[in-house]
Amino acid sequence: MALVSASNLTKRFGSFTAVDGIDFAVERGEAFGMLGPNGAGKSSTMRMVGCVSPVTEGTLRVLDLDPAVDGRAIRARLGSVPQEDTLDTELTVWDNLMVYGRYFGLPRAEIRTRAEELLRFFQLGDRTGDRVNALSGGMKRRLTVARALINQPELVLLDEPTTGLDPQARHLLWERLYQLKRSGVTLLLTTHYMDEAEQLCDRLVIMDGGRIVAEGSPRELIDRHATREVVELRFATSDEQARAVPLLEPGAPRVESLTDRVLVYTADGEAAVGMLAQHALTPLSVLVRRSSLEDVFLLLTGRALEE
Amino acid sequence: MLALRIVERDLVTTRKLWFKGWLISSVVMPALYLSALGVGLGGAIKGDVEGLSYLHFLAPGLLCASLMQQAAGDSMWPVLGGIQWDGRYLAMTATPLAPRDVHLALLLWVSLRTAASGAIFLVIAAVLGGLASPWAVLAVPAGVLTALAFASVLSGVAIRQRDDNALALIFRIGIMPVFLFSGTFFPTRLLPAGIRPLAWLSPLFHGVELARHAATADPHWFADLGHVAVLVLVIGAGSAWGRRGYERRLAA
Repeated sequence: MALVSASNLTKRFGSFTAVDGIDFAVERGEAFGMLGPNGAGKSSTMRMVGCVSPVTEGTLRVLDLDPAVDGRAIRARLGSVPQEDTLDTELTVWDNLMVYGRYFGLPRAEIRTRAEELLRFFQLGDRTGDRVNALSGGMKRRLTVARALINQPELVLLDEPTTGLDPQARHLLWERLYQLKRSGVTLLLTTHYMDEAEQLCDRLVIMDGGRIVAEGSPRELIDRHATREVVELRFATSDEQARAVPLLEPGAPRVESLTDRVLVYTADGEAAVGMLAQHALTPLSVLVRRSSLEDVFLLLTGRALEE
Repeated sequence: MLALRIVERDLVTTRKLWFKGWLISSVVMPALYLSALGVGLGGAIKGDVEGLSYLHFLAPGLLCASLMQQAAGDSMWPVLGGIQWDGRYLAMTATPLAPRDVHLALLLWVSLRTAASGAIFLVIAAVLGGLASPWAVLAVPAGVLTALAFASVLSGVAIRQRDDNALALIFRIGIMPVFLFSGTFFPTRLLPAGIRPLAWLSPLFHGVELARHAATADPHWFADLGHVAVLVLVIGAGSAWGRRGYERRLAA
């Protein structure tokens, strides 16, 4: 049984369609990602799965229950990490966990045991008495994730868990989330960072404009939609770039011309560069790299993921 | 009742913020007002006011007015903050709690807090000689009803806001005049005839009348029933509207 299954799931706000009839299923024990730019409909989807936003159309089952009927019962078994921190700024780190545990109706002694464990796991053990506003962004995020685990949820929803964090804080959180996944917790996360999706997700969907444009494991998506290698070329002038593109196009399955660079999707990067040299065009820089989810998104939508 | 889980949270914040939250608004402010106006100004007033010493006239009214102000403070900025600033409300509704629980918890909390403040107020008033009769304890429920009338309407306004411009305006040109002209400091019959009916629209006026009749052991049964009815009506309509606001905003 899938923990989450959606079919033709739709969310409209007035005349605006935020989620436009998507189908997906999240299986127990996996880390399932939704990758897409801002406005792709990821957060709206998460809010529907989290049973805090009613479904406009289509069907959604969470933990094999109907959110419209059993919202409270479902939420009791979910952990939720919203995009913006929603920590209680009038409470200390410790009381944030105690109070939140009480929202689930857990006994105090039980919450205390879990809170100690969680604070240790998220490396906040020495900050228990601090007010939330005294914490760094990374610590607040970790506390938010710790709080989401207080009810030992079967499914944890993470909406852009590391957006706005510095690289070090991100890596620490990723590492903790990875540990969590290994312990058997099912994760459903949204992100607009392709490296986050590659690091954490077993399987993901790529979303754009409220629709799912592709689905698979990170490796599958890259194999299916991109070439093995990408050559990134930068030119001194946009004029040179404009001359280079038509020369490159016949030799490669796909050439994308962005404002600051040209991406050549090809099995043989060296050959493409050699061919330019014959036309006396020398790029400022040449980088041959493996394709990533970023490229998959670009190839499927014609736009870059992060602008 | 699931809403009690949120009231528990409010009690925790009070334990941590007792100085700012309670000592000043529930002890220091009423003591200052009662001594400056009731004892000080009252001492300078020759004769009586509606057959009462000024201190006896003022104390029950000021009790209601002070609970009204606390209720207004608790049901405007903290409500907007819960949805717009710290997102506390969003965290609550991600648990088994629902928007209606969050709404109910606010009204329960306002009742609890103003009842406690009212009790403290009575003690201070008693110490200053401001209580005319033991029936003054009934001024507390009158004050709590008043507080709830304001909390139910104002929280309904606050949950519908995106910023606090409207709230600041309501406080300055709504709550302040109501505080001053609802029969708390002087009888409403001294208001110009043209604006006297406006005072009757104020829930505080009805609360003050009730509290004063109770505190002076001078019931006006028919009128008092009417005052209770007005307050209950405002609470009923205000909280129905407020709850709808919570449900729309928190479950969009």
